[in-house]
Amino acid sequence: MEQLLWLPPHPGLGEALSDAKRITDPAERLARALTLSGYRRDFTQTARIDRLATEGQGEPAQTATLGLTSLRVAVLSSHTVDHLLPAVRVAGLGRRLALSLYVAPYGLYRQALLSDDRALADFAPQVVVLALDARDAPLQLPLDASEAEVVAAIDDRVGELRQLWRRARERHAAQIIQQTLVPVDPPLFGSFEAHVPASPFALTQRLNDAIRQAAAADGVLLLDLAWHAAQGSYGAGLADPVRWHQAKQLVSPELAPLYGDHLARILAAGVGLSRKCLVLDLDNTLWGGVVGDDGIDGIRLGQGSATGEAFLAFQHYAALLARRGIILAVCSKNDHAVAEAAFGHPEMAIARADIAAFVANWDDKAGNLRRIAAMLDIGLDALVFVDDNPAERDIVRRELPQVAVPELPDDVADYPARVAAAGYFEAVSFTADDLGRGRSYAANAERKAALSQATDMEGYLRGLEMRLEISRIGEAERARATQLINKTNQFNLTTRRYSEAEVERLANAPGSLALALRLKDKFGDNGLIGVLLARPDPALEPGEVLIDSWLMSCRVLGRQVEDAALDVLARAAQAAGYRALVGEYRPTARNGMVAEHYPRLGFGQRPTPAGATADATFWRYRLDTHQPTSHFIEVKDA
Amino acid sequence: MTQADIMERLTEVFRDVFDEDELTLSPDTTADDIDGWDSQTHVILIVAAEQRFGVKFRTAELESLHNVGHFAQLIGAKLEGR
Repeated sequence: MEQLLWLPPHPGLGEALSDAKRITDPAERLARALTLSGYRRDFTQTARIDRLATEGQGEPAQTATLGLTSLRVAVLSSHTVDHLLPAVRVAGLGRRLALSLYVAPYGLYRQALLSDDRALADFAPQVVVLALDARDAPLQLPLDASEAEVVAAIDDRVGELRQLWRRARERHAAQIIQQTLVPVDPPLFGSFEAHVPASPFALTQRLNDAIRQAAAADGVLLLDLAWHAAQGSYGAGLADPVRWHQAKQLVSPELAPLYGDHLARILAAGVGLSRKCLVLDLDNTLWGGVVGDDGIDGIRLGQGSATGEAFLAFQHYAALLARRGIILAVCSKNDHAVAEAAFGHPEMAIARADIAAFVANWDDKAGNLRRIAAMLDIGLDALVFVDDNPAERDIVRRELPQVAVPELPDDVADYPARVAAAGYFEAVSFTADDLGRGRSYAANAERKAALSQATDMEGYLRGLEMRLEISRIGEAERARATQLINKTNQFNLTTRRYSEAEVERLANAPGSLALALRLKDKFGDNGLIGVLLARPDPALEPGEVLIDSWLMSCRVLGRQVEDAALDVLARAAQAAGYRALVGEYRPTARNGMVAEHYPRLGFGQRPTPAGATADATFWRYRLDTHQPTSHFIEVKDA
Repeated sequence: MTQADIMERLTEVFRDVFDEDELTLSPDTTADDIDGWDSQTHVILIVAAEQRFGVKFRTAELESLHNVGHFAQLIGAKLEGR
């Protein structure tokens, strides 16, 4: 069965692998594996890429140079998973993760969590995946069990799972990913199945529903394999009885690359590596025909023709992604005025106002994609570029390997499913701030335009009428704060990633200060744009508090928010009895913009405390001589 | 397809799975002769061979597949029977 169809095929992957094997330098092998992970590959090729990579991995310096984020993941399962691990690691590379995996023997997931498994504790998992299946611990119910008995049995089973989740959190402070149960039983009653509360199919369905609800309530993520099965993405490759009887495999080996990717995309999303922006070509991508030649009335879009409806359906999908918080941009070879005018077409489902960056000209697309990333203050690795033209796709892949460029089917009717299948925008949360994000980026473009018009910076900042609202991170802020912690790469002093459970623990620890910053201005609400976590640290002098994390959304750069935030933090630290703030800067490939953050705010360099990372620098700010900083932001303490 | 053709293609399957470009097979080759041919890899080999030859082994057949010669014969029989 064909899989990973959004990845471009490689003209000679087998030979490329044999060539790569001859490379002796492990770092270079890893780099090659990283490149090859971006091509369509079957399960044996995937395993070969894994072998190529694993000899280069495990060296933090190398993975950092390649821009990979390291993550330790424990897979605890009720079915065999060993044959899936290479594919999980390779899919991780494809999504910019260097994964270390720990596997408990299959079937021993309870023991791994309930007894004090030393090996697991030593591994210190950041993520625990509970990969369970419907044959594991079947509910012991007679077929004629009553509704009440079924409800009680399901409650019991879900209660047991929640206890395992709690243990994983308490013991390892790990994020949990729970796999839903793929229905495996042949029907007993046919379409009448769901009428019988204790039929195998009904039980699995209801158990999955209960697991989904409990997971949402407990902050557990789902690998919703039952949903994938219902979508048909695995064909006959899930719960094949031959593979089950032979080796207790729930996922057949040939579908390992797909399973690996389904898991890796969640792991990537958890550390902020999902893509943020969908960049669309126009002619023959958003509508049929060429607007410059055919005119607005001549393009095919909307009701009345099958082709027009297909393009409209793709627009609807993109518009929904925008509602979800994905930024939309346009990159088209067109006359700018003509392209803009096309959005006056009565059937257009995407409004011009939904597009945060609109670039239409005759320059090369790679250069234009760079421009779009700069306009939106996001990295190239946040972009997905959709273009019907294979030549343009090919050029962009070659010039800008950071940009995701899905391979597209011939028929635009299949575009939405293809873009969706690629999982570029996998989410681990959905908050009110997501809803307004597209417009917020568009408003930011307006702010930038206002800035270029304003002759003096002061006048511009004053004119923004900014208001900064500070709150302690409590339940209301936790999800969004965690989201920001995990996806902010540039304005992030330490790039420490925390799960919701860890944020909660940090915020409630004695002596800690956990602040969420929200910025409003005359163009609108920017939402939660900054997080400050400060805590006492045994390696510091008495009276000092460590700024564990300071991160802000790049949308509010250059607006003195950091100056206002320092004021807030200094006041809060003074109130808590501290005498000095200690700032830490841990350089990464992405956060060079804040290298001078602390000295710029008046911090003086301080010796590095024991146990700190080698390349980190430390900075000290005395609170007794603190003077309110000057800025044009009205600050509102919660 | 002759038995020699089957052996040649089967060798390619083994080379891919074991990531060993120089690997050679004889009909007498068994799991003891190849490093890493364990029960997990056995399943992988079977699935890779199923894909390469477009055949499907029955559950009972899987249990008796322990040398390369038998493997190749079974594939040959399945290809004939189609």
